[in-house]
Amino acid sequence: MDVKIRVENLKASFGRQEVLKGITVDVYKNMVTGFMGPSGSGKSTIISIFNRMIDFEDGAKIEGRVLFDGADIIKGVNGVELRKRVGTVFAIPIPLPRSIYENIAYGPRLNNINDKDELDEIVRESLKKAFLWDEVKDRLGISALKLSGGQQQRLCLARTLALRPDIILLDEPCSGLDPISTAKIEEALSELKKDYTIILVSNNTKQIARISDYSAFFYMGEMIEYGPTEALFTNPKIKKTEDYISGKFG
Amino acid sequence: MRIKPGIIDKIARIGFNAQAFFTVGILVVIITIIFIKGFTHINLEFIFSSPEDMGRHGGIFPSIMGTVLLALLSIVFATPLGLGTAIFLTEYTKESAFTRIIRFGVESLAGIPSIIYGLFGFIFFVIKLKMGWCLLSGVLTMTIMILPTIIRTSEEAIKAVPRNLRIVSYSLGATRWETVTKVVLTSAMPGILTGIMLSIGRVVGETAAVIFTMGSSLRLPTSLMDSGRTMAVHFYILAREGISMDKAYATALILVLSITVINILAYYIMNKVVSRYS
Repeated sequence: MDVKIRVENLKASFGRQEVLKGITVDVYKNMVTGFMGPSGSGKSTIISIFNRMIDFEDGAKIEGRVLFDGADIIKGVNGVELRKRVGTVFAIPIPLPRSIYENIAYGPRLNNINDKDELDEIVRESLKKAFLWDEVKDRLGISALKLSGGQQQRLCLARTLALRPDIILLDEPCSGLDPISTAKIEEALSELKKDYTIILVSNNTKQIARISDYSAFFYMGEMIEYGPTEALFTNPKIKKTEDYISGKFG
Repeated sequence: MRIKPGIIDKIARIGFNAQAFFTVGILVVIITIIFIKGFTHINLEFIFSSPEDMGRHGGIFPSIMGTVLLALLSIVFATPLGLGTAIFLTEYTKESAFTRIIRFGVESLAGIPSIIYGLFGFIFFVIKLKMGWCLLSGVLTMTIMILPTIIRTSEEAIKAVPRNLRIVSYSLGATRWETVTKVVLTSAMPGILTGIMLSIGRVVGETAAVIFTMGSSLRLPTSLMDSGRTMAVHFYILAREGISMDKAYATALILVLSITVINILAYYIMNKVVSRYS
């Protein structure tokens, strides 16, 4: 197993509030890695460091190392360039106010892909991978805002795929979706891990259990336990993990 | 005695309807008067010929051109400047004492009566810079005058764009500049255009500040250094000097009609843009 992302003693704080207290973890290539934990556990903060969106927050301070394929992304990396390789899907679907086609083409256009045929191909391929193509192929020109919530979230996934990233971060992507839409997203993710390294942040332990290969449990800014999902869920080594998985708190 | 909520609702509805009708009514009355008094004096010759005998006879072609040139050039100067300021204030700086000072300055400028801008333009452009009464003096003065309107409306429009759209744009690898131009400005376009339309209205309707800076020559301005007369100024002089009330109303009617046409055109363009980005 290749290590795609190596996190070494990662600390983050906002002012005097420490939100990550020294996290060390290896994320493996072409796997779905689940980050779970109650709110305030720091799991979303890690994501915002991986895509450096944390740069837009006031007063964030980061220490430690995060290596993507061995290269540190904390020091000396341009956030804009990084985000062309690291795709993000947010908790709520946020379509840009333009057509379905233009939503998907937004990222590629930023990378100076303007050839019509090439864009058409990227749009088709991305929508297919996100399991949305069949539902929208005849109406790519309509406003993305007209889609249902579940479709919008798959559109956001497709838009991320159009960047052709190697890492995809999903920050509670199904928190606002109905079970059917959730199932479609999960189906897409299971297929996508062949080509991408996926990190799924979720409050939903069942979802993590269903689709992630490796899982990490976060609590109060610390990583309590990490391992293969099956082992972690059937035989957690730490009491806190067991309590969380079995729903005693959350 | 307790009044039934249903009755209050009814009274409120009647009241608000009456107020709306009153507002529209005034507009209709003004336009009707101008139409009745001016319409019979309008013909192609009036639009396309020059005035004779101080405007007692002939047409208003130089004034139409003067108005168009003044409004167009003022917008061309003020829009990039005002929009740039608004973008700077909203997207490129954090809220600080510095931005508050700029914003306070803009607010203050917006409250200054136009005659003050006229006096400033007269003293600075016309006298100090020795530009004389000319189109350029007028344009620069009008630019300063409408700048606060454009800055404020643009800023409001830009602020109204949801933060989430910016986040998404950044997350897809966009730079700040790409995010501003591709996402923020396209979404803020209707608001920005409203500010531009308001500004055109102010320039086209301005008299005192224009007389002070652009002068009131009846000749067609052929360069930036020529004096000229806008329709509003022409109307004002014709009416005040008692030269010809018929020509004055005809001028007013052309003025009202051209503003209407500009408005319709602008909203047509805006709808095209909005339907692409919604």
